[in-house]
Amino acid sequence: MLAVQEPALAAGTVTCVATTSLVKGARASRSTIALKMMMAGSGLIFIGFVLLHMYGNLRAFWGHDDFDRYAEGLRTFGTPDLPYGGLLWIIRIVLIVSLVIHVWSAATLWRRAKRARTVKYQVKKNKASTTSSRMMRWGGVTILLFLIWHLLEFTIVKVSVNPDHQGANVTQDPYNLIVASFQVWWLTLIYLVAMAALAMHLHHGVWSASQTLGLTNSERSRVFTKRLGILAAVVIAGGFSLVPIFVLVGVIS
Amino acid sequence: MRLTLKIWRQPDAATAGAMHTYDVDDISSDMSFLEMLDVLNEQLNAKGEEPIAFDSDCREGICGMCGLMINGEAHGPVTTTTCQLHMRSFTDGETITVEPWRADAFPVIKDLVVDRGAFDRIIQSGGYISVNTGAAPDAHAMPVPKDHADRAFDVATCIGCGACVAACPNGSASLFVGAKITHLGELPQGQAERDTRVVSMTAQHDHEGFGGCTNIGECAAACPKEIPLDVISQLNRDLRTALRHGH
Ligand code: HEM
Ligand code: SF4
Ligand code: FES
Repeated sequence: MLAVQEPALAAGTVTCVATTSLVKGARASRSTIALKMMMAGSGLIFIGFVLLHMYGNLRAFWGHDDFDRYAEGLRTFGTPDLPYGGLLWIIRIVLIVSLVIHVWSAATLWRRAKRARTVKYQVKKNKASTTSSRMMRWGGVTILLFLIWHLLEFTIVKVSVNPDHQGANVTQDPYNLIVASFQVWWLTLIYLVAMAALAMHLHHGVWSASQTLGLTNSERSRVFTKRLGILAAVVIAGGFSLVPIFVLVGVIS
Repeated sequence: MRLTLKIWRQPDAATAGAMHTYDVDDISSDMSFLEMLDVLNEQLNAKGEEPIAFDSDCREGICGMCGLMINGEAHGPVTTTTCQLHMRSFTDGETITVEPWRADAFPVIKDLVVDRGAFDRIIQSGGYISVNTGAAPDAHAMPVPKDHADRAFDVATCIGCGACVAACPNGSASLFVGAKITHLGELPQGQAERDTRVVSMTAQHDHEGFGGCTNIGECAAACPKEIPLDVISQLNRDLRTALRHGH
């Protein structure tokens, strides 16, 4: 289809621009790039959230009372203008919507990639890609499974996996619950594995999101965001790992 | 040199293919990879067997026809095209696996030959600028800043070979599209169609069945012209601008 833009014609002095479009009704918003942008946007929201969440966790080093006051403070934030727990619900809704968008676009792009090469190579070398970049999909699935377990354990059901510490004064007290839980070695191990998955996801994710949003148009910015990805991975996954490890070795009790 | 070659043979698009093993001897290390295949084909001809179909045209690294997957690397182990790859990059007695580009958007026509028509259609949908015909304009009429001209020129070296698609685990052609978008977007002549170009070209890219980019970087490592990953960021940025302009 060859169309000539009318205003250009009317102006007379300007060169008319040909617009060929083989795909009918092509829209920027319906491209795979737009999908990737939604994934990047929701990913950045997650990064903001995990930073806040990590800060909250680290309050455990200040002891029982400070930690529980912080947890309660999150619920009473903004009252009486916000209802009790209002801030938490706003954050939860934003996160749930982001998660649906993130996982849905990841699944759509995964399916596309599978269809783009149905006959595999007999021999295929990876020359440049990082392990993190190749683990994004399965690593993401790992994080999702962990997330479900994590929410059941500490938010929705509130269970203690520690046979020595049971009862309401453990499960209904945030500080006591995390201390009791992370004294169990295998639970700490699960969390450390999940944090390794998160670290890899962030290592590639920070760079990938910058690239997807069109922020890395030069070699310098490319090198910079790749380093930023490593920094985010170390700070966030490292920061989250501190509390479980220090509980397990008995520093936090 | 003596070599064992494992090569994909497929009589036509509709028939299933398989790997076949061939031995070649007396290969000079100064031969190009394609000349080595020519030697093998002469042997096959002499025996009355069907020669192996592969693409080539310029044999000097500028046309982009000769792409082959060699030992799991697009265009083989050196950053160049298959026609400019020499047998000295291999060792005597080595086994070399040769496969066609694998992407559903590049269907196999025969043996190692694939149909890269999808790239032509992507170019057709926006990889051009509109100019008035008639007297040639004065060469100095349109000033171009040096850094823009340099970047445009660097990415204009893309020869459309398809190695980026072949190397990409997602079968994405983002490096190719990004190279074209950046090339024309850096120049004053490319501005008028900048928004419609990126929308039509990405729509065509998706329509052809190429996958989405995950910024893994295998494409840039495979590209014989060393097109950098920055062009994919530029592509994304141009699409974002087009979105903002309501396209
Ligand atoms: C809940 C389970 C999750 C799944 C299934 C998942 C899956 C994915 C996948 C498949 C990608 C695309 C990879 C690529 O483009 O190479 C991705 C990108 C990303 N993810 Fe996740 N992810 C999850 C959770 C998270 C979390 C918790 C965070 C942040 C803390 C996060 C941050 C990011 C970022 C920043 C990107 C980069 C976006 C881009 O590539 O443009 N994701 N995720
Ligand atoms: S970007 Fe590089 S690998 Fe891709 S088609 Fe162009 S020259 Fe070939
Ligand atoms: S035959 Fe032209 S680039 Fe190799």
